[in-house]
Amino acid sequence: MRNPSRHLLIPMDPYTLAKGAERVKNALEKALALSKLTDRVRVVETGTIGHHEHGVLLIIYPDGVVYGDLTPDDVPQIVQEHLQGGRVVERLVVRDIKIPPFHPQVYRAEKQVRLVLRNVGLIDPENIEDYIANEGYEAAARALTSMTPQQVLETVKESGIQGRGGAGFPTGVKWSFAAREKAPQKYIVCNADEGEPGTFKDRLILEGDPHSVLEGMLLAGYAVGATKGYVYVRGEYRMSIARMRKAIDQARSKGLLGDNILGSGFSFDMEVREGAGAYICGEETALLESMEGKRGEPRNKPPFPPQAGLWGMPTVVNNVETLANIPLIVKNGAAWYRSFGTPTCPGTKVFTLVGNVVLPGLIEVPMGITLREVIFDIGRGIPKGRNFLFAQTGGTTGGILAAGELDVPMAYDTLRQVGSGLGSGALLVVDDSNCVVDLVQNFVEFFNHESCGKCTLCREGTGRLLELLNRLTSGQAEARDIDLIRRLAVNMKRAAFCGLGQAAPTPILGALDRFEEIFREHAEAHYCRSGVCPMNAQKAA
Amino acid sequence: MATIDLKTAEAEIPVIELLKKAQEEHGYLSPEVLKVIAARTGQPLSKLYGIATFYSLLTTRPKGKYRILFCKNAPCHVRGAKRVLEAIVSYLGVEPGETTKDGLFTLELTSCLGLCAVAPTMMIGEDLYGNLTPQKAIAILEDYRARERSEHA
Amino acid sequence: MATVIVDGIQVEVPDNATILEAAKLAKKEIPTLCYHPDLPAIGACRICVVEVEGEPLLKTACNTNVRDGMRIRTISPAIREARQTALELILSRHPQKCNECVRNGTCELQALASRIHVGEISFPYRQRPGSPDVSSGAVGRDPSKCVLCRRCVQVCEVIQSVGAIAVQGRGYDAWIDTPFSRALSEVGCVYCGQCVDRCPVGALFEVSHVERVWRALQDPEIHVVVQTAPAVRAAIGEEFGLPPGTLVTGQMVAALRRLGFDKVFDTDFTADLTIMEEGHELIGRLRDGGVLPMLTSCSPGWINFIEHFYPDLLPHLSSCKSPQQMFGALAKTYYAQKAGIDPSKIFVVSVMPCTAKKAEAARPEMKDSGYQDVDAVLTTREAARMMKEAGIDLSKLEPEDYDLPLGVSTGAGVIFGVTGGVMEAALRTVYEVVTGKKLEKIDILPVRGMEGIREAEIELDGLRVRAAVAHGLANARKLMDKIVSGQADYHFIEIMACPGGCLSGGGQPYPTTPEIRQKRAQALYEADRLLPLRKSHENPVIQELYREFLGKPNSHKAHELLHTHYTPKPVYG
Ligand SMILES: Cc1cc2nc3c(=O)[nH]c(=O)nc-3n(C[C@H](O)[C@H](O)[C@H](O)COP(=O)(O)O)c2cc1C
Ligand code: SF4
Ligand code: SF4
Ligand code: SF4
Ligand code: SF4
Ligand code: SF4
Ligand code: SF4
Ligand code: SF4
Ligand code: SF4
Ligand code: FES
Ligand code: FES
Ligand code: FES
Repeated sequence: MRNPSRHLLIPMDPYTLAKGAERVKNALEKALALSKLTDRVRVVETGTIGHHEHGVLLIIYPDGVVYGDLTPDDVPQIVQEHLQGGRVVERLVVRDIKIPPFHPQVYRAEKQVRLVLRNVGLIDPENIEDYIANEGYEAAARALTSMTPQQVLETVKESGIQGRGGAGFPTGVKWSFAAREKAPQKYIVCNADEGEPGTFKDRLILEGDPHSVLEGMLLAGYAVGATKGYVYVRGEYRMSIARMRKAIDQARSKGLLGDNILGSGFSFDMEVREGAGAYICGEETALLESMEGKRGEPRNKPPFPPQAGLWGMPTVVNNVETLANIPLIVKNGAAWYRSFGTPTCPGTKVFTLVGNVVLPGLIEVPMGITLREVIFDIGRGIPKGRNFLFAQTGGTTGGILAAGELDVPMAYDTLRQVGSGLGSGALLVVDDSNCVVDLVQNFVEFFNHESCGKCTLCREGTGRLLELLNRLTSGQAEARDIDLIRRLAVNMKRAAFCGLGQAAPTPILGALDRFEEIFREHAEAHYCRSGVCPMNAQKAA
Repeated sequence: MATIDLKTAEAEIPVIELLKKAQEEHGYLSPEVLKVIAARTGQPLSKLYGIATFYSLLTTRPKGKYRILFCKNAPCHVRGAKRVLEAIVSYLGVEPGETTKDGLFTLELTSCLGLCAVAPTMMIGEDLYGNLTPQKAIAILEDYRARERSEHA
Repeated sequence: MATVIVDGIQVEVPDNATILEAAKLAKKEIPTLCYHPDLPAIGACRICVVEVEGEPLLKTACNTNVRDGMRIRTISPAIREARQTALELILSRHPQKCNECVRNGTCELQALASRIHVGEISFPYRQRPGSPDVSSGAVGRDPSKCVLCRRCVQVCEVIQSVGAIAVQGRGYDAWIDTPFSRALSEVGCVYCGQCVDRCPVGALFEVSHVERVWRALQDPEIHVVVQTAPAVRAAIGEEFGLPPGTLVTGQMVAALRRLGFDKVFDTDFTADLTIMEEGHELIGRLRDGGVLPMLTSCSPGWINFIEHFYPDLLPHLSSCKSPQQMFGALAKTYYAQKAGIDPSKIFVVSVMPCTAKKAEAARPEMKDSGYQDVDAVLTTREAARMMKEAGIDLSKLEPEDYDLPLGVSTGAGVIFGVTGGVMEAALRTVYEVVTGKKLEKIDILPVRGMEGIREAEIELDGLRVRAAVAHGLANARKLMDKIVSGQADYHFIEIMACPGGCLSGGGQPYPTTPEIRQKRAQALYEADRLLPLRKSHENPVIQELYREFLGKPNSHKAHELLHTHYTPKPVYG
């Protein structure tokens, strides 16, 4: 191919594929061939660009035009009018979506700062050359040839990055625990089990820019002295699994994985492991159990994985997003990284904005942005003229924030103060057509489905909570049921075995603290003011 | 007992992936299939059964040709998943967990499919569907039925 | 050593001690349910929670290690509420039919509920999944009573390497089961009953023969004889409040007599006989180039294991029946003849430390007397229960002697009940028979102890006999794998299915812990030491039996009555 004059990016993610992206792409290739344009443009299949409301998308660079809601029938017109005639097809243009100039260092778009997502949607994730053309593997090359492992570790430590998998533990500190262990074998495990409802950022990072995760793992391995990496991907994520496997093969054939990488004497190789459907396997020790071929039930801690993890060897478990940040930190330095976010929580955070918002999707914002900005500026507010009821940050195990809390800065420490957390980065917006009791019941159904069943408080507790909430929403509750719910929740939080049972009460207690009156109406008056719960229908009948 | 041939079992592959592959080959993890894996891996059958009953993608019972994984977590729920599910239940005439009489569909509830931006969602086989409404969901299922009929015709 | 403060009391504890152990040293007993000293602590029940200063959440005492300077509170409002909540959640899914339950009085859940009163249970009863199973005739399961402590799963998998049962499902619907909910008799269970011993509640139990025995005792037409296994005398006292390790042989005999048994005999007698038969079999194999190593065959749990898991190694097994079955065969032949009783009117009861013995007695091949050789098998617990029902407090009785002739035995017979005992007893006899010399050092110390696998060598007229002893089936498995791979250059191997041997069999009083095991072992060695005769071949009744009835060891008649054959069995039927 000669130097193509135009790049046509077509995001191939679960959303667009569900809307027929494959057929649009075929139509495009056919039309290009017919118009003899094949040599002059390059069609790039990318990951998501973060917006999912506009169906199949086509992005034209360098023109900066985004077409949306495409069907195969729209394609000939785009080819004839835009690519040949130079006239934009106005009727197909999507104006909501702003795209950055080609090859951005940092990609900024109204309140968003895209570091982790810098490549996502803009490069072909199945082509390592695209990643390399965007400064990919520069950090690895620099680290392996001119930095010591200690220097890499120090850089990550100084950057202050905290784990993006939920708990927010400082990544550099975690690495240093593993680095100081002496063991015949150490491992890096990328936690891509992402099961938190409302969360799909890891999926879209893996599908849109797998090499950034791979490079992050390579750097982690170098820093702590690990020579083997595993990516544990949720079994339902077929495309993530395929793209990550492909990325690994490509990196291996380029000599970026394997023995003596870039002549540095450092060896590192990787494999993908598939999950089989269990949310609890996102908990790092359950994940390790699952990798060892067992039921994914959490282990007792200590020892923590950096001391004794996979097969008893020192193991660093990091989230996908955490790892995707690492190449940037190593390449640009800790100070650069600290220029984003807040002093106590540096960097950006990828969120998945879901629920009752006008523009749901994948976004990346600096730490410290307020909830209001995210929901009302980036997400364009609540649709259908409805009002905000509450938001839940961090996925189903996250806390509940009511209208009065919209100006809380979104960072680990500030959210913790109001009994919530960043968790997985899910941000669920709920409008006033919903019932908080009904939603709490929905959360509890999830915990009940996903509890591993090992410890009494969570195994039995989630089941009983569900029974109690069913009573509330079906009009069979008694006043004392509210106290029972609270007692169960408080004791699960204090004394359950693992993070699931300890965090499951967070939204329950959060909702009870903020909306106790509504719970009481359900329990005492058998009345649901939003009319969602089935008892209203029964009463009417 | 039918002889069980596990094409994928020669290599050293992790037990859980072995179980997934065996399930793909044989439809479900029957006692016969698990016995073969027990013999190959040296693991007690009880443990394998314990694994198979732990992970929701594994199954020890035969399923319909298409497994419908319907998401009912909060992000889908607040965008109307309940009504869609009700429509599917009444169209198929089965409750979640059950298989249609013609053996075509098994309806199952799943945790979040990571497609919440286009909630409500479901996954049929490896295909994903979003922005469901009751009408849309039924049209999709009718499509599968029609395809099935034309394959048999 | 670490210094920790438990409820204000300072104690010095080893660095790797758990909070539970530290509290014990401070004389505080933290309640537990899923914890068992034999097994890795998994922290499942959440009953043992305590507060640790500086920790935001409660910690489980059973699986949290101490730190130097740790301050621990073992009781507080938060602790009480968490324990009560956990207990209430457990009880609300428990049938609580104590008065119908075999564990009434020995149940750990009952004791816990008596210690931690929950008052009213706020949740309606919901039955657990799974259905009762007594198919094996030995070990029964009632999943509705299970509290999911997983002790059974751990013991079956880790200590016995059988894995007949495991945790199934997840969340609220998790349950303990066999694969595909098959009967226990179809999944390779060896009936050792180690799970029964570890179960804190009545979810696992022996299939009872108590009613059968009462019926026989109350039938005037029937001559009921009882035999008592070696290990029972070192443990049954515990059922009557005596400290573990109290030897109550004579009182047990007296109690059984009061229950109405027509004759009280001793399995030790046939243990001596086993040594004669097995010892001569070994000598024969050594001389004639038979299959070696020879494996002992007196533990039915072990027999089930090898039939299921190592069928190719069956030729290694001694063909000797276990002492229980030799006794049954002789009771209905030799004894019937001597006493002039119609063998069809003889009912043979055994009191055994074992659950597997119930299934052994029911094996179809165990009919060499022309009748089922043994009619009923009581575990130590069942025998004690009958005594209690009849108002007999064994601890208050004067010792009495066994009846003649099948009640005479030597010290070699009594140590059958402890791991290494069969080996030691056999070597005492084999040495003297082969060398014709008197064995000076009767205590063969290398085969004693609680290490999982032990080895010893003995010089027999220039031939060095290499012996090994294993207890607990995971250890047996290691030796079997060595035989399979050709690395086992032993001549003779003793295997006991249960860790420690029969003294901690699945039918022994609750609980069995490592300390109790030690004490019961000491009691058996003490019994051996106190007996005037300590070698099987010196037992005068054995000598008389050969003279009058059997001829010589391994004679045709001995083979007919005292030896058996084994059958390969699929693990999953
Ligand atoms: C119930 C539960 C589920 C979790 N799920 C995930 C997950 O899906 N992905 C993830 O990265 N971390 C998850 N975590 C957090 C992990 O245990 C672990 O802290 C994280 O992977 C560490 O990576 P990080 O330090 O990069 O955040 C979960 C934790 C709990 C308790
Ligand atoms: S808290 Fe829940 S998920 Fe965690 S170990 Fe206990 S039962 Fe399993
Ligand atoms: S009854 Fe009303 S308030 Fe209660 S959950 Fe249902 S809709 Fe909400
Ligand atoms: S197991 Fe214990 S608590 Fe349960 S019924 Fe039996 S004795 Fe009572
Ligand atoms: S303890 Fe209470 S419930 Fe049990 S038998 Fe006595 S009175 Fe009845
Ligand atoms: S009796 Fe023995 S083999 Fe059978 S389940 Fe119990 S521990 Fe396992
Ligand atoms: S059967 Fe008994 S030992 Fe096994 S898990 Fe249940 S309660 Fe525990
Ligand atoms: S040790 Fe076992 S086999 Fe021997 S007599 Fe005792 S119960 Fe019977
Ligand atoms: S070791 Fe003793 S108690 Fe255990 S199975 Fe064998 S004979 Fe029975
Ligand atoms: S909640 Fe349904 S796909 Fe996420
Ligand atoms: S308290 Fe630890 S195992 Fe139960
Ligand atoms: S005894 Fe510690 S958790 Fe069960």
